[in-house]
Amino acid sequence: MRAKPHLLTIAHRLAILAYIAFALFPLYWLLKVAVTPNDLLYSEGIRMWPSRASLEHFDFVLRHSAFPVFFKNSLIVSGSTAVIVTVLASLSGYALSRFNFRGKYWLVALMLLTQMFPLVMLVAPIFKILSPLGLTNSLTGLVIVYTAFNVPFATFLMQSFFDGIPKDLEEAAMIDGATQFVAFRQIILPLTLPGIAATLGFVFTAAWSELLFSLMLISGNDQATFPVGLLSFVSKFSVDFGQMMAAGVLALIPACLFFLLIQRYLVQGLTAGAVKG
Amino acid sequence: MAHVARQSGLPASRTPLKKRIADGAAPYLYSAPALILIVTVMLVPLVLGVSYAFRDIQLLNPFSGAYIGLDHFRALAEDQAFYRALRNTLWWTGASVFFQFVFGLILALLLDKPFYGRGLAQALVFLPWAVPSFLAGLNWAWLFNPVVGPLPHWFYALGLMSEPNNILSNPQLAMWGPIIANVWWGIPFFAITLLAALQAIPRDLYEAASIDGAGPVQRFLSITLPFLAPTIAITILLRTVWISNFADLIIVMTNGGPADRTQIVASYIFTQAFKRLDFGYASAIALVLLALLLAYSMLIVILRQWLLSKD
Repeated sequence: MRAKPHLLTIAHRLAILAYIAFALFPLYWLLKVAVTPNDLLYSEGIRMWPSRASLEHFDFVLRHSAFPVFFKNSLIVSGSTAVIVTVLASLSGYALSRFNFRGKYWLVALMLLTQMFPLVMLVAPIFKILSPLGLTNSLTGLVIVYTAFNVPFATFLMQSFFDGIPKDLEEAAMIDGATQFVAFRQIILPLTLPGIAATLGFVFTAAWSELLFSLMLISGNDQATFPVGLLSFVSKFSVDFGQMMAAGVLALIPACLFFLLIQRYLVQGLTAGAVKG
Repeated sequence: MAHVARQSGLPASRTPLKKRIADGAAPYLYSAPALILIVTVMLVPLVLGVSYAFRDIQLLNPFSGAYIGLDHFRALAEDQAFYRALRNTLWWTGASVFFQFVFGLILALLLDKPFYGRGLAQALVFLPWAVPSFLAGLNWAWLFNPVVGPLPHWFYALGLMSEPNNILSNPQLAMWGPIIANVWWGIPFFAITLLAALQAIPRDLYEAASIDGAGPVQRFLSITLPFLAPTIAITILLRTVWISNFADLIIVMTNGGPADRTQIVASYIFTQAFKRLDFGYASAIALVLLALLLAYSMLIVILRQWLLSKD
């Protein structure tokens, strides 16, 4: 009788370990090739760890390639998108959470619609619209596009955070003579700070990962974001595996940092409208 | 008296009217910036894109732009590459959703009971979700590459392959590359959603059931599954739409090749717009995709109605 639960526990832990191994192995391999010196890359092929590790690829990528520029561009685009989306979504999320108005149904329907149709449909028309405005090959253009794409989901996310705060708080403030906007800014927003941080994290990660529109809208090296730069590097120098993977590790860093930030809110974020996945 | 009362009543009721208008406008003012942005950056291009489907729009040809009626759709009806992309989309979506769901459900069940180190295990297994999709694609493309990746050598050692080749350049197997990458990347999504639903099941139900002598399998079938069913249905339906539109991994890993064997409709649209700069044709395919997705969504709504009316 005693042995059976014990075996089950062992099987359970082994299954968990198998999942962890499967989840981490690709990232581990990325790191492993990134620290393998070129002369060992082919001779030691599939060894689990090279006999000699070095940071030469990181050194090269950081000092002699355009990746720091790509990294900076991606930071600017994702950071600005995250901030602007969070401001807009706080306002619209507050409207959905606290008011009952005639257009509410249509507003929600419109936002749900934008989550359902294939965004790849918009690649051509958006290019055609932005091009005469000088917003192709420009980080501003990307920020505008990403902001619009992320506002609907961020609105639902912020709404869910506002819904968790009792209405009495701003009603009390309004009885004391504050306008609703002042109550919103001075009482409700500070209470929603964790939610705001989570929204920033989600939008940043989504913008950092976006590929198709940045490929379409950006052509030069100066304005390239990380995915565009990495893919053009891959197609041009497809033999420098060490450098490519070192660049890949760099692209992973912000994503992982923000993942830690939003980890507690994953469920809320995913149910708010299926961010990027 | 009445006259006076009316006179004094007027200014008193004017302020509430003004305030009422201001109050009525408030929600619109709060949502206006988001709404304006969505309409100009998403709705207007959507309508414009629909109109492109009936026009000859090629970026590099300044004389294009004429209205050509249904020509694109006639060309599409005879486009073998499009039919192949449709079949590939079914295969890609079906296999990805199936494996993501099965492995996601198992993972959620494994993480449901508290154990030592659960927080850490959860953070580690959910990590792939945070990896940018372009990097996930590149990462797996490298793992499949016999020069730097271990997978072909392992497959060879296991006798699955006669020599360590890249499956991404094998027309028969290439689709498995993006599917595996997609499963790796998408398991956390299903696991997170299903885990949340699992933990919402009242614990005393299980206790009552085991007191009544129900075994683990019976408990799973008669408590867990019925409680999870709505979440499972909604998640699978939404993910199906999302994954059928998800072209990032394919564009990064195979670019639709070899010989269009991994081209799905979404990546075909992107290729037409991005590589051939034929915006008109790309929009025509996009319109067909939109119609198919709408039909699928309608089917779900009807199915749901039918299921509800049966109860």
